[in-house]
Amino acid sequence: MKKALSLLLVGAMTLSLAACGNSSDSAATEENTAAESAGTESEADGEAAFKIGGIGPITGGAAIYGTAVQGGIQIAVDEINEAGGINGYQIAYQFQDDEHDAEKAINAYNTLKDWGMQALVGTTTSAPCIAVVEETHNDNMFQITPSGTAVECVQYDNAFRMCFSDPTQGTESAKYIGENGMAENEKVAVIYDSSDVYSTGIYEAFAAEAENQPFEIVSVEAFTADSKTDFSVQVQKSKDSGADLLFMPFYYTEAALVLAECNKQGYEPVFFGCDGMDGILGVENFDVALAEGLTFLAPFVAKSEDEMVQNFVSKYEAAYGETPNQFAADAYDSVYVVKAALEAAGATPDMSVSDLCDAMVEAMSSVTYDGVTGKSITWSADGEPNKAPLVVQVVNGEYTEL
Amino acid sequence: MIGFISYLVNGISLGSVYAIIALGYTMVYGIAKMLNFAHGDVIMIGAFVVFSTVSGAGLPPVVGVLISVVACTLLGMAIERIAYKPLRKASKLAVLITAIGVSYFLQNVALLIYGANTKSFTSVVSIEPITLADGAMVISGETIVTVIACIIIMIGLMTFMKYSKAGRAMLAVSEDSGAAQLMGVNVNSTIAMTFAIGSALAAIAGVLLCSSYPSLTPYTGSMPGIKAFVAAVFGGIGSIPGAFIGGILLGVIEILGKAYISSQLADAIVFAVLIIVLLVKPTGLLGKQIQEKV
Repeated sequence: MKKALSLLLVGAMTLSLAACGNSSDSAATEENTAAESAGTESEADGEAAFKIGGIGPITGGAAIYGTAVQGGIQIAVDEINEAGGINGYQIAYQFQDDEHDAEKAINAYNTLKDWGMQALVGTTTSAPCIAVVEETHNDNMFQITPSGTAVECVQYDNAFRMCFSDPTQGTESAKYIGENGMAENEKVAVIYDSSDVYSTGIYEAFAAEAENQPFEIVSVEAFTADSKTDFSVQVQKSKDSGADLLFMPFYYTEAALVLAECNKQGYEPVFFGCDGMDGILGVENFDVALAEGLTFLAPFVAKSEDEMVQNFVSKYEAAYGETPNQFAADAYDSVYVVKAALEAAGATPDMSVSDLCDAMVEAMSSVTYDGVTGKSITWSADGEPNKAPLVVQVVNGEYTEL
Repeated sequence: MIGFISYLVNGISLGSVYAIIALGYTMVYGIAKMLNFAHGDVIMIGAFVVFSTVSGAGLPPVVGVLISVVACTLLGMAIERIAYKPLRKASKLAVLITAIGVSYFLQNVALLIYGANTKSFTSVVSIEPITLADGAMVISGETIVTVIACIIIMIGLMTFMKYSKAGRAMLAVSEDSGAAQLMGVNVNSTIAMTFAIGSALAAIAGVLLCSSYPSLTPYTGSMPGIKAFVAAVFGGIGSIPGAFIGGILLGVIEILGKAYISSQLADAIVFAVLIIVLLVKPTGLLGKQIQEKV
């Protein structure tokens, strides 16, 4: 009897564990069914559909980025399908979870390939993107990453990027600080995550550009993924260095801790972040006063009065009940860029993946795109977008475009 | 000099959190002879309960902490009953894997309920910080409360183990569970009680951890949990004062290493010290030397 009971309990636990692990998949399956039904619909008209895949973490620590990308793509796909599709063909869309893990991203990619994906909007985060781009390069599949910022994400001809690369962001930040004299005594302290390619990439470019700027970096402190609970030492050292500006190239989760620690120690420099800070005001229960005056470069501000932005923001809010962040915006734009490339290439869904890729890559050089993350964006052959960054500052507890 | 003292205070504060978590690890290991890797996640659950009750429902912090302690105690006993008790006769490895499974289970449950977005935890401590040397050194209310709580818990536990009947039953089970059973000690309920106490401590640790470092995600407990496990091994796993000393030392070494050697190598330094200690004293600083008689 006891044995039976324990077996039952073990069974129940395994099931619930499996349920947890699969929660993402079930979400993906829903998308899948939705996408398939869309696919069948258009096939019923005797037409094929363009199959676009998306990859990103929708579970795990980076889930906020993947879910944003998933939602952003969905909105663009729905809009395009409603408006008559691309070259008269509908889009079928499927999204797979990679848990911000390179190996799982490859699995996700293979799943999508089995489904018949013809172009990839992804992956969301840098490390998995670097792994997946090797695969798309081998298969010669068109890839545009909404938010993979590492340089290597677009190292091949078939890959493009919607966001700024890490070095661009570091260089632009240093220029902005220097040109606007944001550090009053021209002393800057830096804290960065040495275990993260994103943070390190921005920091290195920032440090290189700082040589050409009037300010001086007086303190550089690092932390790693395994010790990012306590920032007392890093903050105290920055404080002791007498810097008037603290540059923080990392994500908002850690930034919330650093800001709280600065407040605790009574250190009040000018805070300058990076686009990973987008979302800090959305941290539940966060004391927004701590972030007052925080400035960073970003591609997208949800409060902008631009008509396209407002259209996107209201649709996203209606669908998901929250304000879209830049990841959602980048993903939304990425789908439209795919559309622009397909249209410029005059492509049809019956073309092979490789032919499609060649045609789209060629078309990309002529694409000029106006979207929610920038206007008149063009792409150079190395896959980098040319667009101007926006300067965002937290004023009275809200993101404000400067 | 002010700088050094200030780093030291921060180290003791961080170390006290490690120590409270390590006490939970060490008790369970000492008595049930198993590594409860889900301990770090019970901490996270404890913090989330306080987050929901205090920041969400607006209850006073003291009530929130009490609810959290009760919830974690029940959770700890439930985990023991459902996941570990059926495996009491199974190999150590099976129990260890189950513990890791429970850890993932709790993380994913929290992920389902609260989502992946970071929550900002409002400190439950409302003591004003002490400012010394014209603002060059600030000791926060959280630091004071954490250190005092840690000392009280350690002394309380040692008194409990030494003088109460239940505590002595725990000692007996930890020395030889077979013999203890023959002497009329109810081994199962003793182990259940160990989990209850360990989990209640986890709730307190969670509250203090998140009050000092106010960022809460479903993964908040895992890294401090692992560090605290190291602290428990460092001090001699199974020993209550050992966990206390191990935790404090670990925190101080981590902070001083960051401050004076390299902020990137902090963890490498911590683990290098651990290796050296274990090479010299394989049972940890206060670990018991058990001699096998042939």
